[in-house]
Amino acid sequence: MAHAHSVKHHKGLMDWLTTVDHKKIAILYLVAGGLFFGIGGIEAMLIRIQLWKPLNNFVSAQTFNELITMHGTTMIFLGVMPIIFALMNAVLPLQLGARDVAFPFLNALGFWTFFFGGLLLNLSWIMGGAPDAGWTAYTPLASKAFSPTHGVDFYTIGIQIAGLGTLIGGINFLATVITMRAPGMSFMRMPMFTWASFITSAIILFAFPAITVGLVLLSFDRLLGANFFEVAAGGNPILWQHIFWIFGHPEVYILILPAFGIISDVIPTFARKRLFGYSSMVFATILIAFLGFMVWAHHMFTIGMGPVANALFSISTMLIAVPTGIKIFNWLFTMWGGQIRFTTANLFASAFVPTFVMGGVTGVMLASAPADYQFHDTYFVVAHFHYVIVGGLVLGLFSGLFYWWPKMFGRLLNETLGKWTFWTFVIGFQLTFFIQHFLGLMGMQRRIFTYLPNQDFDTMNLVSTIGALLMAVGVIIFFVNIVITMSKPKGVANDPWEDGRTLEWTIPSPPPEYNFKQIPLVRGLDAYWKEKQAGNTEMTPSEPVGSIHMPSASILPFVMSVGLFIAGLGFMFSRDEFSNSFLAGIFNNYVVVIIGLLITFICMLLRSVFDDHGWHIEPEELEEEGVKA
Amino acid sequence: MMKRWQAFKRLLPLMASIALLLSACGREDLSALRPQGPVAQGSYDLMKLAISIMICVLLVVFGIATYVWIKFRRKKGQTEPPEQVEGNFKLEVIWTVIPLILVFILAVPTIQKVFAMGEDYTKDKNAVHVKVTSHQFWWEFEYPDYGVKTAQDLIIPTNKRISFQLKTADVLHSFWVPSLSGKIDTNPDGTINKWSFTAPKEGVYLGKCAELCGQSHALMEFKVKAVSPESFDRWVAAMKEPAKLPEDPQIAETFKNQCLTCHAVGDQGGPAAPNLTGIGGRETVASILINDESHPVKENLKKWISDPQKVKPGNLMPKVDLTAEQIDGIADYLANYKLNY
Repeated sequence: MAHAHSVKHHKGLMDWLTTVDHKKIAILYLVAGGLFFGIGGIEAMLIRIQLWKPLNNFVSAQTFNELITMHGTTMIFLGVMPIIFALMNAVLPLQLGARDVAFPFLNALGFWTFFFGGLLLNLSWIMGGAPDAGWTAYTPLASKAFSPTHGVDFYTIGIQIAGLGTLIGGINFLATVITMRAPGMSFMRMPMFTWASFITSAIILFAFPAITVGLVLLSFDRLLGANFFEVAAGGNPILWQHIFWIFGHPEVYILILPAFGIISDVIPTFARKRLFGYSSMVFATILIAFLGFMVWAHHMFTIGMGPVANALFSISTMLIAVPTGIKIFNWLFTMWGGQIRFTTANLFASAFVPTFVMGGVTGVMLASAPADYQFHDTYFVVAHFHYVIVGGLVLGLFSGLFYWWPKMFGRLLNETLGKWTFWTFVIGFQLTFFIQHFLGLMGMQRRIFTYLPNQDFDTMNLVSTIGALLMAVGVIIFFVNIVITMSKPKGVANDPWEDGRTLEWTIPSPPPEYNFKQIPLVRGLDAYWKEKQAGNTEMTPSEPVGSIHMPSASILPFVMSVGLFIAGLGFMFSRDEFSNSFLAGIFNNYVVVIIGLLITFICMLLRSVFDDHGWHIEPEELEEEGVKA
Repeated sequence: MMKRWQAFKRLLPLMASIALLLSACGREDLSALRPQGPVAQGSYDLMKLAISIMICVLLVVFGIATYVWIKFRRKKGQTEPPEQVEGNFKLEVIWTVIPLILVFILAVPTIQKVFAMGEDYTKDKNAVHVKVTSHQFWWEFEYPDYGVKTAQDLIIPTNKRISFQLKTADVLHSFWVPSLSGKIDTNPDGTINKWSFTAPKEGVYLGKCAELCGQSHALMEFKVKAVSPESFDRWVAAMKEPAKLPEDPQIAETFKNQCLTCHAVGDQGGPAAPNLTGIGGRETVASILINDESHPVKENLKKWISDPQKVKPGNLMPKVDLTAEQIDGIADYLANYKLNY
């Protein structure tokens, strides 16, 4: 108890607002990501209800455009990415044998900027209209002249703030992997999920600055009257597309590589067999990330770039099929000769493989520019990227959540309900999206709020809507499962799946605040499995039991993000006309912006001026807790 | 080369059956799977090749996956873990090289077709030149060689190369006639796109805007009407005739004051809104109200004029202050304004 008096421990809500513990931040990411995923899902349902029959007038054309924009933006930036970050936060330090991430304070800051950015974006629904120019926000449609509400401003400012969080998170994970691996954990002994997270973080590092620059330019165009994308003033709207997609395509790999990582951990565990071709998996991942930056213009084949560019980008895009193919076959041959147990986690992982291949092959088809002239901007593309993102990433996320849930929360999710989720979701998914390939080929362009009858679209759209409802049922069962599970007491073993291979399964579920009482010594790939095969029940420690240094909780990340949120709102309305002279005074004179930025900068100053050396957990305390456990 | 051809030959029966299956899909005048011209046929051939290769890949993956899931389930009493296999160099080389070959098979025709479709015909003397300008939410077609401008229905002669120069007057749109050709975006001035296709068969083909362009993106359709070269010449001549105004002088006055400020008929009126010359003979009113027996063109015109925002939200045509009689008179006049060609 020596130190405990000098350190302030928060309880309840304050604990969550101030935490810098990667496990708690993971839960925050999961809750916030789940919330936004739910919102994005509701938007998807409204879209499908509008489209279930021709000339439906369930929502107006304007609302529909807002729905598709917000569905895409929310799902990608605020739904699935935070859930990826949740898993990375929960698992990556554990797999490395580390006590936390490299910069716990930054970790919290990353979460809160993401959260307030997302909140800002979604406030648009109640503050004059959501963005309506598509998640790609192509100019000139996204310019002030053609999208006069504040919708697109919420988009540019909201994603900038949220993107800051993503960038911070990415840098943090990079530093963590490089500097905080346990003794013996060389790069080529890292679990695949950690590898995937590492490479994803590297992609984030290079891709997110591009979108940030683009969003700054667009918000300057809209809010300060700049002319970056204004043709009449010498700007070029095509420039936006290049900026957007040089971020946007790597973003696809930011999404899918973590799913690859999850699958590469889940499949070996439940096949009780080591990952087939580990090193080729690593190099395939790196190659995909590298090629991912070389293909952005395949989203722009019809923009008129000319045959040379179209041919080059066709070829570079097709090449991505090669490393991806390597991965697919490595997974299949990991299962070959194994002893496969179909838990819910493994069901999702197994379904991932063929579903993702279907998304992959349509990707290669899209890569062929002359065929893409037909596919582009039709439901074929909609089907393709949902196969990749839902059939790939979301199945991967479900797999990961079922797999690591006991580690995160100390309770196993209910397997029966899990299997219900699996079947409803997967069948619903195939019903919704398989048929959309054909809708596209038969002439249905994407982003249309309605369609005329007698085009042979009606039945297929109805089927698609029914499938979407079935997917919703699957997700609802999943939420019910969470509620039921969380109402039960904790108490699962360290290694609830019994065949855990990596370090996270060597410590209690959920792990104590400091993760590892003693940092383990890693003696090979699949460190824990290796020890088990050698007849050991636990890892060999690499250090004696000693005092553990912990970072202090802090409210600063939260307050800093609130500051950015206020500044963002202020900037957005700075050119508006207000009937209320007080509001006009504070908004038009940038008072709100300045207050918001001051809050953020003062927090940064406080953080720099006052050193916080953290606190220590002493050995005797570790013993006490050990007794309790 | 030989190898490629052999692989191709082996794909032929698969391709044939896929073609049969796909051609059952969709309307002849709309579906990319039922090409009616050589450009769309080019895209379709590539699609067939790609789908065939991809189905082979899918069959292999699904086959192995199903086998593995059934064969290697954990059985009761299996406590000893299975053999831990690190990898297999030979296998890994195989599944690196085969995809490379498949990509190569697809890449060669891709490059050939990219360059073929990118050919510039804007200087071709034998081609019919059309300047396409897209607007929120309608299409303007100008024939600079003939001095003719029309909207919504693109009239083209069969078997002649149609060379397009496309641009937009406002936001980005995309010009797409699935059964004749893939799409090409319309960009603002400075990045004018060139495109071309031909239509061997007479007929009416559906065109759509394929790039999100605002509220009525879904309703921004158009028609491509391929007619015989003689008929096309007659159409051009009819378009160049002086404007035919309403016979009733009061309606004519209203039409001039209220409609011709933006619209044009023949040699009269303004360029801001769609040209109305011969609108009574077009396939649709406002591209979305289809003229047929149950919805005659006059009814559609009345519906449109009395509340344009209801038909096509966000379009620029205001609800003009007209009495019911005036609307009826104008609709009647326009419905009977047909060109003989």
